[in-house]
Amino acid sequence: MKPQTIPIYTQTEADYSVGNIRALLTEIAARLERLANDGTSASIDLNSLPFAPGEYERLRHALGKGEVSAHIEAIGPSEITETRYPGVWWVTHYNVEGDIVADMLEITTAPEILSSQPDDIRSGLALLHIQLKEEVQQ
Amino acid sequence: MDADLFLTWVRSTGLNIAIGIFVLGTLWRLVEIYSLGRKRDLAVPRHRSGASGLHTMFRRSVPPPGMFKRSATSYVAGYVFHIGLFIIVFLFAQHIKLLQELTGLSWPGLPTQFIDATAVVTLATMLLVLAERINKPVKRFLSTFGDYAGWALTFLPVLTGYLASRHLLLPYTAMLALHILSVELLLAFLPFTKLIHVFTLWGSRWYNGNANGHKGVPV
Amino acid sequence: MNDHDAPIHEKNSHEFPIHETLGDSLAQQGISRRAFLKFCTAMASLMALPPGTATAIAEALVKAKRPSVIWLSFQECTGCTESLTRSYSPTLENMIFNMISLDYHHTLQAASGYGAEKSREDAMKNFFGKYLLVVDGSIPMNNGGVYSTIAGRTNLDLLHEVAKGAAAIIAVGTCASFGGIPNAKPNPTGAVAVSDIIKDKPIINISGCPPIPAVITGVLAHYLTFGGLPELDDLGRPKSFYGETIHDRCYRRPFYDQGKFAKTFDDEGARNGWCLFELGCKGPVTHNACATTKWNGGTSFPIESGHGCLGCSEPHFWDAGSFYSALSMPASPLKYVAGAAVAGAAAGVAVSIGNRIKKGTAKSAHQKATIEDLEK
Repeated sequence: MKPQTIPIYTQTEADYSVGNIRALLTEIAARLERLANDGTSASIDLNSLPFAPGEYERLRHALGKGEVSAHIEAIGPSEITETRYPGVWWVTHYNVEGDIVADMLEITTAPEILSSQPDDIRSGLALLHIQLKEEVQQ
Repeated sequence: MDADLFLTWVRSTGLNIAIGIFVLGTLWRLVEIYSLGRKRDLAVPRHRSGASGLHTMFRRSVPPPGMFKRSATSYVAGYVFHIGLFIIVFLFAQHIKLLQELTGLSWPGLPTQFIDATAVVTLATMLLVLAERINKPVKRFLSTFGDYAGWALTFLPVLTGYLASRHLLLPYTAMLALHILSVELLLAFLPFTKLIHVFTLWGSRWYNGNANGHKGVPV
Repeated sequence: MNDHDAPIHEKNSHEFPIHETLGDSLAQQGISRRAFLKFCTAMASLMALPPGTATAIAEALVKAKRPSVIWLSFQECTGCTESLTRSYSPTLENMIFNMISLDYHHTLQAASGYGAEKSREDAMKNFFGKYLLVVDGSIPMNNGGVYSTIAGRTNLDLLHEVAKGAAAIIAVGTCASFGGIPNAKPNPTGAVAVSDIIKDKPIINISGCPPIPAVITGVLAHYLTFGGLPELDDLGRPKSFYGETIHDRCYRRPFYDQGKFAKTFDDEGARNGWCLFELGCKGPVTHNACATTKWNGGTSFPIESGHGCLGCSEPHFWDAGSFYSALSMPASPLKYVAGAAVAGAAAGVAVSIGNRIKKGTAKSAHQKATIEDLEK
């Protein structure tokens, strides 16, 4: 049994918080302000932050869901969602077994992982050329 | 010796020795002082002492007329750092836990931030009284090595405790160990320096007040 | 077992040349650059590096060569290997086959007996000066080190031999790092840490009982990425994982600051998730990454489960008093108090008797003065 499948019910009382979420939201606001002013992107590694039980869910709730959500399949799935606040992206990478391997907030216009990588473009182009050749031969 | 071993040493052997010396020294000095006795006073009392001793115990905590103006710093700073020490020693949760372990008694503590602020104020006022002691010619003249030693023995635990809790200067483990060591030095030397006043203060005030009443100067 | 079927790397070398880079191997497997970037993001997160460094890691890793790794298990319980095999990110198979060439490991290797020892000897010969040596377990020194032997040779002997050609040594677990439980009083086998024996090689200590799996793989990843050891603290532990205390990164820290403590394991405070300091939590003096990296794929860590930190990643944690006495409490019972009280009272009484005798002598030597005396 994987630890993630053990049902854990977190009690989320309205008044139970140790204040980590407020601190994090303040940081996000500061980073977003820089993005708005001079286009500096930033990311926050959620794996390295202390969360009390229930606080992670509270953060999800606080940031909400925005207009864009994307799914990547590359050695395991990845979920990329723009939050309710444009410019704040929630990027979660899973491995093939479904464990979270990286979980971060990216404060940027679009997360880099979504862009096509130059190396991939080149190898894709090569493939396309091969296919074209085959089409011509047929 | 690494910091972890040092910490374990001050938490076990060091503490054992320090509390041993403290208990031994304190009992020795108190038994000695209170068994000294005085020669019987054959003179007729000029005044019945009555509650003079009791009154003096409290009157001495209030500056006599005119004295406050002459030496305001001593009174204010003196009060501030004594109250500060009381708060830090007796109302910090971690210290209460130690006292509970040693005495079985416990009571609620205050938030860390409050203790932190108290420590800063206490340190500042202790520095102020030291500066006064050095700067005022009369005080300097009256001061002996014991006075400075007593000051240092009291100051160091507060300083190291503050540095430890704020993670300053040294890693926490090492600073915590130094803090406990400084308290152990304080405990070991307390009975043999002027710091014994934590025990003898009220008794000697009562004695003086009572004797004064007997001699016709009641308060 | 025959010579030709033992060494793992020689067998593999037909399909995967030993000196191929990670980039080549990824390309062969048809892994895209985006997938690799994702992998590197996970690595950066694992190594506690700033998230923006993923691209730099990707560039470095593509060129990285797979190092040969020899893993020696000495006086240990295999808990460290158990921990590593539960390493979630990256998965063990990934790590072993893509990042390192694990040429010798008691518990994990398929080869046994002479074949196993041969594969170690081959790796040592072929990669002299370049292989990584991983050690878990302490080394017994008493009576010539006879308390733990492998293939009839003492751990001490083996360590000296294998360390000679190692580029660096990774001491995995508190036993290898600081002596650990075998080294606890009274230490019957004379157990010591790797760093007590080997002085002329870079040693990195990954302490913990067991260490966090992600930290073991994170250090290997760092070695691959940057070709060297990460920055270490004064106990030889990587700062990126051991730079802060459990206490400083603990989600219950705000309760510590507010003075809200659980007094027992089942009181109101414990149920409210208050600070466990008074129940003996050693978080304030323990350097490790449990509070953020957590265990079992990020599920939780001891404090989150309601139990204080034991301080297992610190030297001598086993001898630092009860796990359940707070840091501000005595680590051992007070032994001298009763004796000191008796001695103190006796000293006081003795001195006061002395004083009385002195007074009595003075009194008896006292002579009454008469008016005649005064008029003389």
